[in-house]
Amino acid sequence: MNDTTLTRHQSGFGRFAAHLGRARRALAFQGSGRVRRLLLTVIVALLSVGTHAAEVALLNVSYDPTREFYEEFNAAFARHWQAQTGDTVAVKQSHAGSGKQARSVIDGLPADVVTLALAYDIDAIATMGHLLPADWQKRLPDNSAPYTSTIVFLVRQGNPKGIKDWDDLVKPGVAVVTPNPKTSGGARWNYLAAWAYAAQKAGGDEAKARDFVTRLFANVPVLDTGARGATTTFVQRGIGDVLIAWENEAYLARAEFGAGKFEVVTPSLSILAEPPVAWVDRTVKRHGTEAVAKAYLEHLYSPEGQRIAAKHFYRPRLAEVAAEYAAQFPKIKLVTIDEAFGGWAKAQPRHFGEGGIFDQITRTRR
Amino acid sequence: MSGAAKSRLLAQRTRGHGPEEGGLARRFLIGAAVLFLTVFLVLPLVNVFWQALAKGGRAYLAALAEPDTIAAAKLTLLVAAIAVPLNTVFGVAAAWAIAKFQFRGKAFLITLIDLPFAISPVVAGLIYLVLFGMQGYLGPWLDAHGIRIVFNVSGIVLATVFVTFPFVARELIPVMQATGTDQEQAALTLGASGWRTFWQVTLPSVKWGLLYGVILCNARAMGEFGAVSVLSGHIAGETDTLPLRVDKLYHEFNATSAFAVASLLAVIALLTLFVKTYLEWQQQRAFARAEQAGSAPADNELPTRDDWL
Repeated sequence: MNDTTLTRHQSGFGRFAAHLGRARRALAFQGSGRVRRLLLTVIVALLSVGTHAAEVALLNVSYDPTREFYEEFNAAFARHWQAQTGDTVAVKQSHAGSGKQARSVIDGLPADVVTLALAYDIDAIATMGHLLPADWQKRLPDNSAPYTSTIVFLVRQGNPKGIKDWDDLVKPGVAVVTPNPKTSGGARWNYLAAWAYAAQKAGGDEAKARDFVTRLFANVPVLDTGARGATTTFVQRGIGDVLIAWENEAYLARAEFGAGKFEVVTPSLSILAEPPVAWVDRTVKRHGTEAVAKAYLEHLYSPEGQRIAAKHFYRPRLAEVAAEYAAQFPKIKLVTIDEAFGGWAKAQPRHFGEGGIFDQITRTRR
Repeated sequence: MSGAAKSRLLAQRTRGHGPEEGGLARRFLIGAAVLFLTVFLVLPLVNVFWQALAKGGRAYLAALAEPDTIAAAKLTLLVAAIAVPLNTVFGVAAAWAIAKFQFRGKAFLITLIDLPFAISPVVAGLIYLVLFGMQGYLGPWLDAHGIRIVFNVSGIVLATVFVTFPFVARELIPVMQATGTDQEQAALTLGASGWRTFWQVTLPSVKWGLLYGVILCNARAMGEFGAVSVLSGHIAGETDTLPLRVDKLYHEFNATSAFAVASLLAVIALLTLFVKTYLEWQQQRAFARAEQAGSAPADNELPTRDDWL
C-alpha cells in the first residue's frame, strides 16, 4: 500500500474515533457496561475496515475536448495503478472552457491535477491562487505537455465554400465558428494561429495581421464560451460554414457524426498547441494524493498513455507511438507560441487582456 | 322548463357571447393562442420525449441507468429534500408573521422575500462564490479550518435554497391574509394556547395553499440550472444535478441520453402541473365549503390535527 494514503486514512479514522470517544463518554453516565462494550466493538470494527481498503480519489480538472480521451485514460491508469500498488483509484473529471476551469480552481475547486489547454491558465493558478509553484512547467518533460495538437478547420461535406486555407475564412459571406478567446483556451490558439499565418504572409507586418484577424472575427456569428460549445453549434445546430477547432476535436466530431457529413481541412500553416498538465501541490498535500497524482501525469508519457492520446487524435510525443500513428496526422508547418509571440506571458495580456487587441477588434465591430 | 332553469340558460348564453366581440375576432384570438401554445409549449415537450426515444426504449433505459445519471438523480433528490423542508418552515413562519401581525419593517421583509425572484440566478451563484470562494471574503478562513462550501454539495444546496426561497411564503401570504385573524382570535378567546391555535386553526385553513407552494418550490429546486452551475464545479458523478447532466450529455454529442434525462425533468414538471391543478381544485372547494357554512364559522367544530395531516 502507498504510504500517503495510509496516513490519510489513519488520520481520518483517528478523528472519527475521537468523535466516537466523546460520544461514548457522554453516554457513560448511564452506567451500562453493555453499551460501552458495544461502542468499543463498533470502533474496533470501523478502524479495522479503515486499515485495508485503500481507495484513492483524484479530481482531474480539464478543458473541453478531452472528455473522451480522459475517460479511456482514467480506466487504463486505474488498471496500471492497481497492478503496481494494489490500490484502487477513481479519477473524477470536470470539463469546461480552460480559462473558466482555471478560475474555478483558483476559487477553490479542489483539483488534484489540472490538464488545461494552455500554460497561461496554469500560470494563473500559480500566480493568483498560489496553489502550485511558479516553475511548475519544468517539473515534467516537454514543457509539461505530454501530447500536442494543432488548429485545423472542419467544414461541411463536399466543402461547399471551397475552404483551403486561412485566406478563405476572411472572404465575405463565409460564416466562421470559433469560441470566445476570453474564456476558451482553444479559441486563443485559434486566434493566434490565424495571426501567425497573416503575420508570416505579410512578412511580419503587425498591422496587416491585425487587419486579417479583425476581418476574420467579423465573419463569426456566435462566440461560445468553450471549444465544445462551438463544436455543438457547428455540428448539431448547423450554424456556420467552417469551424476553427482543435485537430482532435475536428476528427472526433467527424468520427461521432459519420465521415460522410464533415471534412477536416488542414491549413498551410498552424500553431503548435501544447496543452500542459500539472499536479496542484496544495490540494494533493491536503488530500495525501501527491504520489498518485504524479504517477497519473507520468503515465500520460508512457507508451500506453501516448497510444490512448493518439487514438483520440492528440499528437503523441513518444517517437515510437508517433511513428505508429504517422498516417493519421497530416504534415503541417507549425509555429510555436514562443517563437511567434514570445511566450504566453507576453501574448496573453497583449492580445486577450482587458482592453487588449481582441477587445479592440471586437469593439470596433460594434 | 322551469323559470329558474330558463334564466340560468340565458345567463350562460350571455356569458358565452360577449356583446363587444364578434364571432370572427373570438375565433381568431382563440386560434392564435392555441397555435402559439402548440408551437412554443406542446411541440418542444413532445420533442423531448421523441428525441429521448429516438433510438428505442432500450437505449432510453440504458441512458437512464448510467452511473453518472443515477448519481445526478440522487443528488437532485437530496438537494430538494434539504431545500424544500427548509423553505417550507421559513415560508410558513414568514407568511404567518406578515399576514397575521403588524410590525415595523414589514414592507422591507416582503421585499427581501422577493429578492431571489428579482435577481438572476447566475448572480446569486456568484454572490456565494465571492463570499465563500478561495479568493472571497470568508473562503481562506473556511479553508484554513477544513470547511469547503463552494464546488460541492453544500454549495449546490445553498444556491437552491436561495432561488427557491420565496415560493412557499409568496403562496401563503395571500391565503393567510384572506382567511383573516377572526378564527385565531376566537380560538385564543376560548383558551387555546398559541401552538394549539397554530396547529389546529391556522395551518388547516391554509393547507392547500401550503402544499401548492411546496410543489412549486420542489419543481424549481429540482430544475434550477444557473445558480447551481456556478457553484457546482461540474464534477461528473459528484456535483452534477439532473439539469447540469442534461447540458453535459448534450455537449458530449450524446443527444439521446441528454433528452432521456431531460424527459425525467419533463415528467417531474408534468406531475407538478397535475398535482398543482388538483390542489387548486381542492382549495376552491375548501373556500366554497367555507362560504356555504356561512358567516358563522364558530358553528363548525375546530378542525383536528388529523385533518391537516
